[in-house]
Amino acid sequence: MSAEEVVIHHQEGESGSPTLSLVEKRERSHFGFRRWKNRLAHGLFLISTMIGVIVLGALLWNVVKDGWAWVTPTFFNNFASRLPEQAGIKAAFWGTIWVIGLTVPLTFIFGVGTAIYLEEYARKNRFTRFIQLNISNLAGVPSIVFGILGLTLFVRLMGLGKTVLAGSLTMTLLVLPIVIVAAREAISSVPNNLRLASLAMGATQWQTIRRVVLPYSMPGILTGVILALSRAIGETAPLIMIGAVSFIAFTPGYALDAFTVMPIQIYSWVSLPQPAFQHLAAAGILVLLAMLLSMNAFAVFLRNRFSKDK
Amino acid sequence: MWKKGLAVAGALLLSVSLAACSSNASGGGSEKDKGLSGTIRIDGSSTVFPISQAVAEEFMKKNPNVNVTVAQSGTGAGFDKWTKQETDLSDASRLIKDEEKEAAKKSGLEPKEFPVAFDGISVVVNKENDFAKTITTKELKKIWEPDSKVKTWKDVRSNWPDKPIKLYGPGTSDGTFDYFTGAIIGEEGKSRTDYTQSEDDNTLVTGVSGDKYALGYFGFSYYEENKDKLNVLKVDNGKGGVAPSFETIKNGTYSPLSRSIYVYADEKTMTENKAIKEFLSFYLKEGKQLVSDVGYVPLTDKDYEKGIALLEDK
Repeated sequence: MSAEEVVIHHQEGESGSPTLSLVEKRERSHFGFRRWKNRLAHGLFLISTMIGVIVLGALLWNVVKDGWAWVTPTFFNNFASRLPEQAGIKAAFWGTIWVIGLTVPLTFIFGVGTAIYLEEYARKNRFTRFIQLNISNLAGVPSIVFGILGLTLFVRLMGLGKTVLAGSLTMTLLVLPIVIVAAREAISSVPNNLRLASLAMGATQWQTIRRVVLPYSMPGILTGVILALSRAIGETAPLIMIGAVSFIAFTPGYALDAFTVMPIQIYSWVSLPQPAFQHLAAAGILVLLAMLLSMNAFAVFLRNRFSKDK
Repeated sequence: MWKKGLAVAGALLLSVSLAACSSNASGGGSEKDKGLSGTIRIDGSSTVFPISQAVAEEFMKKNPNVNVTVAQSGTGAGFDKWTKQETDLSDASRLIKDEEKEAAKKSGLEPKEFPVAFDGISVVVNKENDFAKTITTKELKKIWEPDSKVKTWKDVRSNWPDKPIKLYGPGTSDGTFDYFTGAIIGEEGKSRTDYTQSEDDNTLVTGVSGDKYALGYFGFSYYEENKDKLNVLKVDNGKGGVAPSFETIKNGTYSPLSRSIYVYADEKTMTENKAIKEFLSFYLKEGKQLVSDVGYVPLTDKDYEKGIALLEDK
């Protein structure tokens, strides 16, 4: 905008002689209108940017105001309780870490594997396009549907029961489409010359993928994975569906234990009548946000590392 | 470079799983073999959830080797899981339906029904509402029946102001909704639909307390906790208006809007897993105080004794 203004000022300066012709007058008013339109656009876009920031700020302020005082060591060391001052998130906190901890490798292996196959190995024929279409469609399926799938497939058919593993597998299915789409984008952005050069040196296709394609596309893949996990960490509905419990007084010891997660605990507190539980819910949200942000920070760290190595 | 990244990622995963493992060591599972041990899985109504959670909490303090988990997927979903024997006890905010009973019997379960507390549905208005004090069940029916013509308070009673009435109530999947419609309209699930619905009763509290001409209904405990923000209406079923309170719900005068809530168990599972029977006995004998702690109304002692008798009798 400033560049344009300079030009306009310049032109105005030139035509600023006392004898303005009709044409010049018209041109000046035309410039004025265009400048006005430009300002308007600038303002509108600024407002739409600020709306997001303001909403986030309001949300954080609200949550911090309500919950900060409740984030204490007791809060981390106690299980849920009917007495708000004794209630904590120990079970939910470790449950979330377990579920996400199992979801990360599962999504990474299946997601990146699918993307590599589709981009590097599969022939571009009707079948591949069919698969791609289906994956994009899956990304838009409501999460509760994945909950029902997880309940019938993992909990009942495979007999895993209402366990951490069943929860992680359901979460993996839920976020897999996001990871696949992101990883494919990242892999297809690798310049083809690099692949050809590697193959020309005598490397096999697998060697090329492992040593050239993946390192090059890793930052993009990691971004996709982290977006996917950010979604998984906040999901409630599918986990309630597969039978994650609301009250549990032990933390999972292995992958086949019962569990609860942070969003379920928060939801359970929010719906209780006693006002103190609303503060506990806010404190839970703070912890969940902190978990999410530290996960994101770690991903950014990893991504920078990969970018630098290149 | 890629290998190094992989190593970093691997280290992260390892540390996460190690941390998770170590948490378990502190979290319990120590094998002191004295007293009861085992697991009890409870699922069902979210209305009963706070009571079951409180009882589970106290029970585990006394029996540290028993793990009790409580979920709240709803009365219907709870019975479904119970029938598939994925849970041991089922919380219910209504009686078991005939088809649910059939399904349970088909899979070899014999449902035993234990009332554990009363819940009263409160009909509430805004704090600034100075005209409505009592409402008859007929008027409630006129307001809430399907295709209701009631648009203003004047439509309900001619000496009330000619102001639009704003309605708040639970969503259709809620047990409170089923009970209210059954008791007031005469048929479960029948209701007008043009009102503000929320599954979260706290939302209804906020709604009614911020709207001068609002009327809503929800569980008694939500009124108990928000007395300062709401006015409760006396409900008149032809014998004079009665306001919901611990007293009137317990002695049955707050009618028809008080109901029992239940826990369902099966005899065979109880003989196989001693902990379940102990837990239920604890629920009925010592749960009374806990019931009022979490905002519900305890049954009379006689009712609890009936439950205990049912439990002991094979």
